[in-house]
Amino acid sequence: MIARLSRRALLGSAIAAGAAMIAAPAMAQNIKIGAFLAVTGPASFLGDPEAKTLKLYAEKINSAGGVLGRKIEVIVYDSAGDAKQATTFAKRLIEDDKVDVIVGGSTTGETMAVVPLIDEARIPFISLAGASVIVEPVKKWVFKMPHSDRMAVEKAYIDMKKRNLSGVAIIGGSGGFDQSCRKEAQALAPKYGMKVVADETYAPTDTDMTTQLTKIKNTAGVQAIFGCGFGSVTSITARNYKQLGMSTPFYFNHGVGSQQFIDGAGGGAEGVRVPVAALLVAEQLPAGDPQKKAALDYGAAYKTAYKEPISTFGGHAYDGLQIALDAIKRAGSTDKAKVRDAIEQTKNHVGVDGTYNMTPADHMGLTLESFKLVEIRNNTWKLLE
Amino acid sequence: MLRLASARTGGLVALAAIVAALPLFFPNNFYYDVAIKTALNAIVCIGLNLLIGYAGQISLGHAGFFALGGYASAILTARYGWPGLLAMLAGAVGVGLLAFAIARPVLRLRGHYLAMATLGLGIIVAIIINREIAITGGPDGMTVPRLWVGGWRVSGAVAWYWVAAGALLLAVWLSLNLIDSTLGRALRALHGSEIAAQTAGIDTTRYKVLVFVISAVFASLAGSLFAHAEGYVTPIEAGFLRSIEFVTMVVLGGMASTFGAVAGAAILTALPQLLTVFQDYKHLVLGAILIGVMIFMPNGLVPSVALSLRRLRPPVPAS
Amino acid sequence: MTKSAAVRHAELGTASVAEFLQFLFSGITVGAIYALVGVGFAIIYSASNVINFAQGEFVMLGGMATMFLLSGGEPLWLAALLAIVITAAIGLALNKFAVEPAAHRRGGGASVVTLIIITIGASIFIRGAAEVLLGKDSHRLPAFSGDQPIDIFGAKLDPQVLWVLGALALAVVGLRWFFARTRLGKAMLATSCNRLAAELVGIDVRMILLASFGLSAALGALAGILTAPITLTRYDIGIMLGLKGFCAAILGGLGSPFGAVAGGLLLGIAEAMAAGYLSSAYKDVVAFVIILAVLFLAPGGLFGAKATERV
Repeated sequence: MIARLSRRALLGSAIAAGAAMIAAPAMAQNIKIGAFLAVTGPASFLGDPEAKTLKLYAEKINSAGGVLGRKIEVIVYDSAGDAKQATTFAKRLIEDDKVDVIVGGSTTGETMAVVPLIDEARIPFISLAGASVIVEPVKKWVFKMPHSDRMAVEKAYIDMKKRNLSGVAIIGGSGGFDQSCRKEAQALAPKYGMKVVADETYAPTDTDMTTQLTKIKNTAGVQAIFGCGFGSVTSITARNYKQLGMSTPFYFNHGVGSQQFIDGAGGGAEGVRVPVAALLVAEQLPAGDPQKKAALDYGAAYKTAYKEPISTFGGHAYDGLQIALDAIKRAGSTDKAKVRDAIEQTKNHVGVDGTYNMTPADHMGLTLESFKLVEIRNNTWKLLE
Repeated sequence: MLRLASARTGGLVALAAIVAALPLFFPNNFYYDVAIKTALNAIVCIGLNLLIGYAGQISLGHAGFFALGGYASAILTARYGWPGLLAMLAGAVGVGLLAFAIARPVLRLRGHYLAMATLGLGIIVAIIINREIAITGGPDGMTVPRLWVGGWRVSGAVAWYWVAAGALLLAVWLSLNLIDSTLGRALRALHGSEIAAQTAGIDTTRYKVLVFVISAVFASLAGSLFAHAEGYVTPIEAGFLRSIEFVTMVVLGGMASTFGAVAGAAILTALPQLLTVFQDYKHLVLGAILIGVMIFMPNGLVPSVALSLRRLRPPVPAS
Repeated sequence: MTKSAAVRHAELGTASVAEFLQFLFSGITVGAIYALVGVGFAIIYSASNVINFAQGEFVMLGGMATMFLLSGGEPLWLAALLAIVITAAIGLALNKFAVEPAAHRRGGGASVVTLIIITIGASIFIRGAAEVLLGKDSHRLPAFSGDQPIDIFGAKLDPQVLWVLGALALAVVGLRWFFARTRLGKAMLATSCNRLAAELVGIDVRMILLASFGLSAALGALAGILTAPITLTRYDIGIMLGLKGFCAAILGGLGSPFGAVAGGLLLGIAEAMAAGYLSSAYKDVVAFVIILAVLFLAPGGLFGAKATERV
């Protein structure tokens, strides 16, 4: 820890001292991956594992000889999930650190705020945030890793349909991620024969959701509840749901894909269904599943290094880094335009989130197959399919 | 008095020289970006300083005015195709009217009750921006078109630096003149003792309302420029923490000092960039710096430094 | 969106009483938390006229320290007790090393705004320390008497809320006794009324300030421990709890712990009713509009002293 800190401190002072030192020839050999992540702040459960994953794999890849015979260097800045800080750090990565690729943006807000900068700077950018709006419409330089919130909604609706549930109540926060999910849930309902009969909101800092849940409980025609959100509010929602003695089938979007959600709910998460990346249920995947090996390997490496449970969010960073490096390998250089083209041509790339197939029209490249519906049983994730 | 005024003019000239010379030390556009954010924050702080430092009224809601300015520009240009300058002006007028409308009931309150009321107003603005997704883009924010001044499209960090710097110098000049005007003298009297000022025949409420409106308009204009400069605006700009940040800048730099407000804005805008060196410990260090400065320089940086410089110098006979 | 409240009530006539009760319980749950945090603000304000923006961090420390000690194998009661002691010590240190040096500088003390910025700095510092030492995960303390809710006329009440309400009642009674009966309490009241006069009659004002920070830190920690099973705890939960506690203290009238309790409960119930009967998306707006309305009508808060300004 101390060694790492002092090394970073040295690097930092070099940055502060000016670009002249950074442009020294020895440093220029490195492949530079820049990241701005919500390492602290309300979205730190996203940014923290993401930053740890990037650092871990930078070391691993370097000790295995790097990429194209060059070492890779990961520069992480903490945006605290704040769009203004994100734009400043993105500018710093582009202008000052002169990175080759940016992997980062834990939240949709940060990601969208830097998109104008990315367009201007013409640098490949792989976002780790969830909302579909990031890649729809397609932006030339912008890609994204996680399954979109639209897919989470589709996955949940398909399952509801199977169980003959059609009246759905939405409960979600007022944050960006939640609102985007809510919009998709409203928009997709007719396509799957669903009817949204209630829609309740809470603030991201709320501490009690019984009022909203009571309203849902007393609304006629609610056959299933769909939760949009992430963080400790979702745990509180699940706990309140149980306290109110509710038994309506409860679904959440993929923002709750970490053990903290289950632990925080105090038993309230039992029976909740969540679409998640394969990573969370790697052990339960059938032997032939393409994600199984990648997910198990990543999970083992992360747990060994940091002694804490894995979350799907670190997995996004893993995929982002691998896709970027893979593209650099194929491009044979760090030329930004070539790397961008190579990312867009990513085919059959087996990641922990799924198998990526990018096209000029699809800058996410994932399908519903790699998204798994799980149910929480005995305080852990149980694969349903 | 005359000497005081000339010292201030000297300060303005010195600031202009610094602003003009700074780009020589900027190795790349990132430094321009920090400088632009500093200048725009400083404009808010200069206005806020008139309110806090001179009129003795606290506001924990100025981020609300900042964001309203930014969103007025964003919405009017992006959704209604207004020219940028007109949108900016409309935002400033709107915010000015809003500030005027709420000033009287709000400024009847004192001290922490005033802080609470302004905080509440700021938070209400933030919530409304968050919720009205159809107009504001909601929590994810919205893209803001580039600013056109006549036939000139203001784009690129260098151009924006000169625009922001020009606006900053204008704000400083305005503020210095306001302080030396009847308004400024009335405000200082009011800060000392409101009742004494009333007894001396000063319409204290009128002046307080006026300075509240002026500071809100400063914030609104800075917000408009910020929205255009960034090309993007999010509801975080209206948030409670942003309001606290503005007040902290004013107090850290030095209350009742226009240059203090500028210094405070510069330090707190640049500091997070320097503190990235400390990685995980950056918040710890930031907190310690704030506490340390306030303990050892309770009047803020600029007044305290000015005082110790004066002490160092041999006494000059009063002219 | 949903059917109007009126239609729903017609359909579910009997359910509406239970529904109202449920909203009320939700309001009391949240309000009791705000109130307990608000009392801490009121105590320090009484003694020093300082709004301690680090009050929310005391609440966070209570919950996080208990969690840390629990995971180290201590029993809950001991972990909680130690957490309160540790937090109180941090409160004393905050006063001793940050507030007092500024407030009692030679050549005139710092202004109130300067002291506020110091407490803001302290809150950033404490949060930063917790982030490094205790981590960024959110944690939940086990509920003291189980998670099985109590059923009252069809509405459910979290048993943990009874603990919070009990502590609140105890705090109110205890503080009333403290201010009316003990020397320290009376001296604290005297200092808040007129600091100079208090000094003149031989009250050690520094001591009073110190005691007020210790006391409110201990109360904050207690609040953090009792509410952690409901709200969960995290290194940055103090921002939100501090803000709402400040609102509660102001609404009740600063400097009155009893006002803070009333203010907190009122705020919580207003939020829940607004979410239940108007719109959950705008419930916080409703809460702040109520605060503003109260302040405009009663500029000193609900139970604030009608202070006369010194000339």
